[in-house]
Amino acid sequence: MSTRIPLVPENIKPLPSLKGNEGMLSWVSSVDHKQIGLMYLMSTLVFFIIGGLEALVIRIQLAQPEFDFISPEVYNQMFTMHGTTMIFFVVMPFLIGVGVYLVPLMIGARDMAFPRLNALSFWLVIFGGILLYYSFLTQSGPSEVGWFAYAPLSEKPFSLNKGPTYWALGLLAVGISSVSSGLNNIVTILTMRVKGMTMRRLPLFVWMILVTSFILIFVIPIIASAFAMMLLDRLLDATFFTPAHGGSAILWQHFFWGFGHPEVYILILPAFGIISEVIPVFSRKPIFGYSFVAGSTVAIGLLSVGVWAHHMFAVGLGNVANAYFSLASMLIAIPTGVKVLNWVATMWGGKIYFATPMLFATAFIIEFVMGGLTGVAIASAPINWVTTDTYFIVAHFHYVLFGGSLFAIFAGVYYWFPKFTGRMMSETLGKWHFWLTVVGFNMTFFIQHFLGVMGMPRRTYTYHDLPYWGSMNLLSTIGAFVLAISVIIFAWNIIWSLKHGKKAPDNPWNAWTLEWYTTSPPAVHNFDLVPPVRGRRPLWDLAHPDQLDEPNSKVV
Amino acid sequence: MANNKMLIGFFVASESIFFVMLILAYVNFHGTVTDGPTAANSLDPLRTGIFSLFLLASSFSMWLAGRSLVSKNHFMMKIWILVTIILGVLFIYGQASEWMGLIGQNITISRNVFGTTFFTLTGFHGFHVCVGLLMLTILLGLAMFGDFKGPKSDGVECISIYWHFVDGVWIVVYSVIYLWAFF
Repeated sequence: MSTRIPLVPENIKPLPSLKGNEGMLSWVSSVDHKQIGLMYLMSTLVFFIIGGLEALVIRIQLAQPEFDFISPEVYNQMFTMHGTTMIFFVVMPFLIGVGVYLVPLMIGARDMAFPRLNALSFWLVIFGGILLYYSFLTQSGPSEVGWFAYAPLSEKPFSLNKGPTYWALGLLAVGISSVSSGLNNIVTILTMRVKGMTMRRLPLFVWMILVTSFILIFVIPIIASAFAMMLLDRLLDATFFTPAHGGSAILWQHFFWGFGHPEVYILILPAFGIISEVIPVFSRKPIFGYSFVAGSTVAIGLLSVGVWAHHMFAVGLGNVANAYFSLASMLIAIPTGVKVLNWVATMWGGKIYFATPMLFATAFIIEFVMGGLTGVAIASAPINWVTTDTYFIVAHFHYVLFGGSLFAIFAGVYYWFPKFTGRMMSETLGKWHFWLTVVGFNMTFFIQHFLGVMGMPRRTYTYHDLPYWGSMNLLSTIGAFVLAISVIIFAWNIIWSLKHGKKAPDNPWNAWTLEWYTTSPPAVHNFDLVPPVRGRRPLWDLAHPDQLDEPNSKVV
Repeated sequence: MANNKMLIGFFVASESIFFVMLILAYVNFHGTVTDGPTAANSLDPLRTGIFSLFLLASSFSMWLAGRSLVSKNHFMMKIWILVTIILGVLFIYGQASEWMGLIGQNITISRNVFGTTFFTLTGFHGFHVCVGLLMLTILLGLAMFGDFKGPKSDGVECISIYWHFVDGVWIVVYSVIYLWAFF
């Protein structure tokens, strides 16, 4: 079987280039993990800008009390599409895409285990995105039922438009894509490591991708089955989630959050991986407590599937269930806290060099801890009853998703851009981007904690002119526009640096993992020769043969 | 390569979660229907049980096909794959005629939660059987043109793993729907 000719011929041109003779075809037909990875990243940037524009529309509508910039229906469509886009078409595909690019390089492999499956995963994301956004062209526009699409609101007769159908179909496509990339990652990481790259020497980013992939393959089927049931309800008048016909709306909530809570770890664990790569390199120290970072990730992965109903305290599941889900959710703070302490301990006493990736990584720790603390607070059922469906929750999950995942994504882009493209990103623009992001982000979302405690409900298109509400919301909106400027600078930095950035050496940051050994950008075949792996920092061992990380290790 | 078998192993694990959710939905509504069709008053466990035996037997014949592959008995391998396909088709015929009978009595996916969960669960299982049959047919076609001389073939072994999985799912589904209703 292995001697068969591949369906798609190998690309022989160096990467990345749109100018080669093959032009666009070399990208569209590519099964190369680096090209697919870059296509993931480029498409997530497009989706990020679309999702960001939707957020701006939301913030303009909320800028002053009883404003009528958009209708309630459009407002509902905006927050539904914003949440769905950012989660399923920005953060997830970015993290999967950067994983697809880096995992084979970090473990010294030629490509993923299943290159064509890899291409399928990518194109399914695009297909899902088209399905989702196609709903703008239907008669009454996209789904208005929020990213968790609670039944029976998402069912007939409450949603007679086609929006939720396209929404579910699009996400089903993305779900299939996620499962296939999860499978591909697992097999790649377990079977394609270069000799000497044992599991205990695996870069932490790869560890995080591995755990995330396991969560993907066991959790996405939950929502895939729920989407199938929702579609059967909507298209064939089945009665899964319609209480009027004997179905159960709570069942949807269980299914959705059975997927939805592990999903937040899918969104944050690879981000932890990026941080665990960036912080040691810019602190000039090996990571503190490698096995604790890896082990606590496994613990988070296992715990993540047993805490879903903390999203459902308002349902009234009874005291026993509430107590269990409160305590189990708070338990997750322990392995997460372990990681935070490991990162801080890595920085402690290090020679810290604040290039843009490190700025974002440092800010990540602070913003993420902020989101983590409010997370522990709302894991407590009584506090949850008070804050549920208020802006406190909105502030909380933006601190973990934006302050967490997105800050890590920015750190990753600045860190690996030289490897991806062969050019450095502009540090000046990078610092502008960083400071505007920090200011804009905190300005937008910090104030929402107070709005939430004061009782401002989320998912409501306007609010009465209560004391301070108008000015606090206006501040939040101004913050959103500061963020918009920062994103423009970020996009401009990418475009400018692609053409005019300083030429990047192979290892501009003096990093230690294998991807920095090859050329920038890597050759089509990744490595001419993979250096011997004798420890967790192969390039350190290569440069300091007398100071090996594992002095007694043998070359294999 | 061991890669392919590892992939299909994890794929099957992932798929089993999908079926667990469908079964949970069925279990969740078991006994909630107070009037109208239910498993107890509209299904025939004996008839479906007999058709289930065809599926169980097909798992056995697929195992024999794998044995023939190992012993490089190309002819018998083709025969056993063909037997597997025929048994699978018989099972699907049983499913289809059961469905037709129910729909004839106006028991449909939209009738009540029993109809909804029953048709969804058996439908997704039947769909998986059909996908398996498609793959087996391709396998047989390739074997006719001389592929899979043995003693090893990831193609045959992976599809075999999938086929056993589909069979195993049916044992659970049959127990939950038919045995639980009548015993």
